[in-house]
Amino acid sequence: MELSQVATIAGKEFWDRIRNRWVLAVALVFTVFALVIAYFGAAQQGAVGFRSIEVTIASLVSLVIYLIPLIALVLGFDAIVGERERGSLDLLLSMPITRFELILGKYLGLAGALAFSTVAGFGLVALVLSAQLDLNALFHYFGFMASSVLLGMAFLSLAVMLSVLAADRTRASGLAIAMWFFFVLVFDLLLLGALVVTGGQYGGDIFPWLLLLNPADVFRILNIFTLDDVRTLYGLATVFPPSLAEPWLLTAVMLGWIAAPLGIASWRFGK
Amino acid sequence: MESTIQAAAEAPASAGAVVRVRGASKHYGAVRAVDGVDLAVQRGELFGLIGHNGAGKSTLFKMMLGLIPATAGEIAIDGAPVSGSGFRAVRRKIGYLPENVVLYDNLTGLETLHFFAKLKSVPAAGCGALLERVGLAHAAGRRVREYSKGMRQRLGFAQALLGRPQILFLDEPTTGLDPEAIREFYVILRGLRAEGVTVIITSHILAEIQERVDRLAIMAAGKVQALGTVQALREAMDLPLWFDVRVADSDFTAVRDALGSLPVAAIEAHDGRVAVQVRRESKMAVFAALATLGERVLDLHVREPSLEDVFFGFSD
Repeated sequence: MELSQVATIAGKEFWDRIRNRWVLAVALVFTVFALVIAYFGAAQQGAVGFRSIEVTIASLVSLVIYLIPLIALVLGFDAIVGERERGSLDLLLSMPITRFELILGKYLGLAGALAFSTVAGFGLVALVLSAQLDLNALFHYFGFMASSVLLGMAFLSLAVMLSVLAADRTRASGLAIAMWFFFVLVFDLLLLGALVVTGGQYGGDIFPWLLLLNPADVFRILNIFTLDDVRTLYGLATVFPPSLAEPWLLTAVMLGWIAAPLGIASWRFGK
Repeated sequence: MESTIQAAAEAPASAGAVVRVRGASKHYGAVRAVDGVDLAVQRGELFGLIGHNGAGKSTLFKMMLGLIPATAGEIAIDGAPVSGSGFRAVRRKIGYLPENVVLYDNLTGLETLHFFAKLKSVPAAGCGALLERVGLAHAAGRRVREYSKGMRQRLGFAQALLGRPQILFLDEPTTGLDPEAIREFYVILRGLRAEGVTVIITSHILAEIQERVDRLAIMAAGKVQALGTVQALREAMDLPLWFDVRVADSDFTAVRDALGSLPVAAIEAHDGRVAVQVRRESKMAVFAALATLGERVLDLHVREPSLEDVFFGFSD
């Protein structure tokens, strides 16, 4: 593998997103949402203004779990199929570059853009709030930012996989939307449904493991279990064994969610 | 037609070939897109590949570039297989202009060349001169989005010339160019050939290719049906020639009868013109007859069969 080829492709993808202000727009969306949540998140309880970092992060997690997978899927779904459909793929592949280098470059460039938006957007909020945050709170907030980046990387990897598997852009976009619905909306409902139908008698032991099959859930657990105060806010805490809640284990699972779809994509693209 | 027509006098020894295709086939299920093609293109040759849509020439083109793996057979460029571990070295010797080239709308002309130069490990310094060479220096800083079809084609051509490739693969390169630009394009090609660059070109404008290629291959149904110089193919096909003779009205009948007595395949006579179609073997007999007519012949024009005639001879 020649890293310079990967860097050339990645550089183009990244600068394309900087130049067309994609990065700026997404970062602004994150900043605005995070500020609104930090100040008005507790409005239902009859109070406005920044309350605690735990409550803010819990609210942000609920937002990010919808938003980031959607943004990542939209960003990546046409990475390969778009080039194929426009007709620029043949020229690209006639260059001294392997298909793996091309996919990896595309992924890293897009991942860089998404990570940059996430860190810049939420980082700005951390700056705004810095007066009210102690070191421990900052640590939690950075954990939230890092896990948000990982969540984006995982769904971007899934999106790039779709862009290789799909025959055209229309199908790729349909699959991306279906994937968002499945992981973000349907998956938890199915698990809950299964638990309720069986009266909780079966599956209780494997339930936590099943949650690892959804990167969005991994992200949720990663954030809840690093915040002792918030654990009890979620019913999940009662079914999720602490042994599985190790941040390093959850991070490893997330890295797996990044590597596996990319692996499938490059295997399929190479055929 | 069962066997490939090879123009024997021009058939090269495959030893010195820079592009060598041996028994290359590409099957999609039962469809034989390319079916047992053998080709050898010599260094510095301007080689044409023609055929109807679906004849298999684009597939063969992509196989030669290593974009599509062959079902069977071997393809080597400069002695190295186009796929496999040595592909990178092969790719660095190649320039490719795809049919209806698509570039990136959001980049400027110069940025486009810089991007591809990086992929080819070519210094970016030469990109400006390359734009100059294809007549795009004035538009170097404009985005490709604002380029006309012809300008995109020129930029695509400049991209193919990056890094002084030894072999150029040009798929319908003159599409979208005006006649003046086509002329300039072939001036550049001739310059490249003089430098020893091998050029493989496809075109659907047969008259355009006919004037310019050293040799050509005619493809139909996935096979090379004919291979050789245009002249050799005409001779091998034994297509008839036309003699157009202009005569004074007073001599019309005499000339018509004199030519009509020869073994001609067809005769058309009207309005002071007598046209006869003859087989190549009768060519000199017609000249002899015309010589005896002396000054009764006001003007003479001999029409060789065109590449279209050759081409459609294989398509029928």
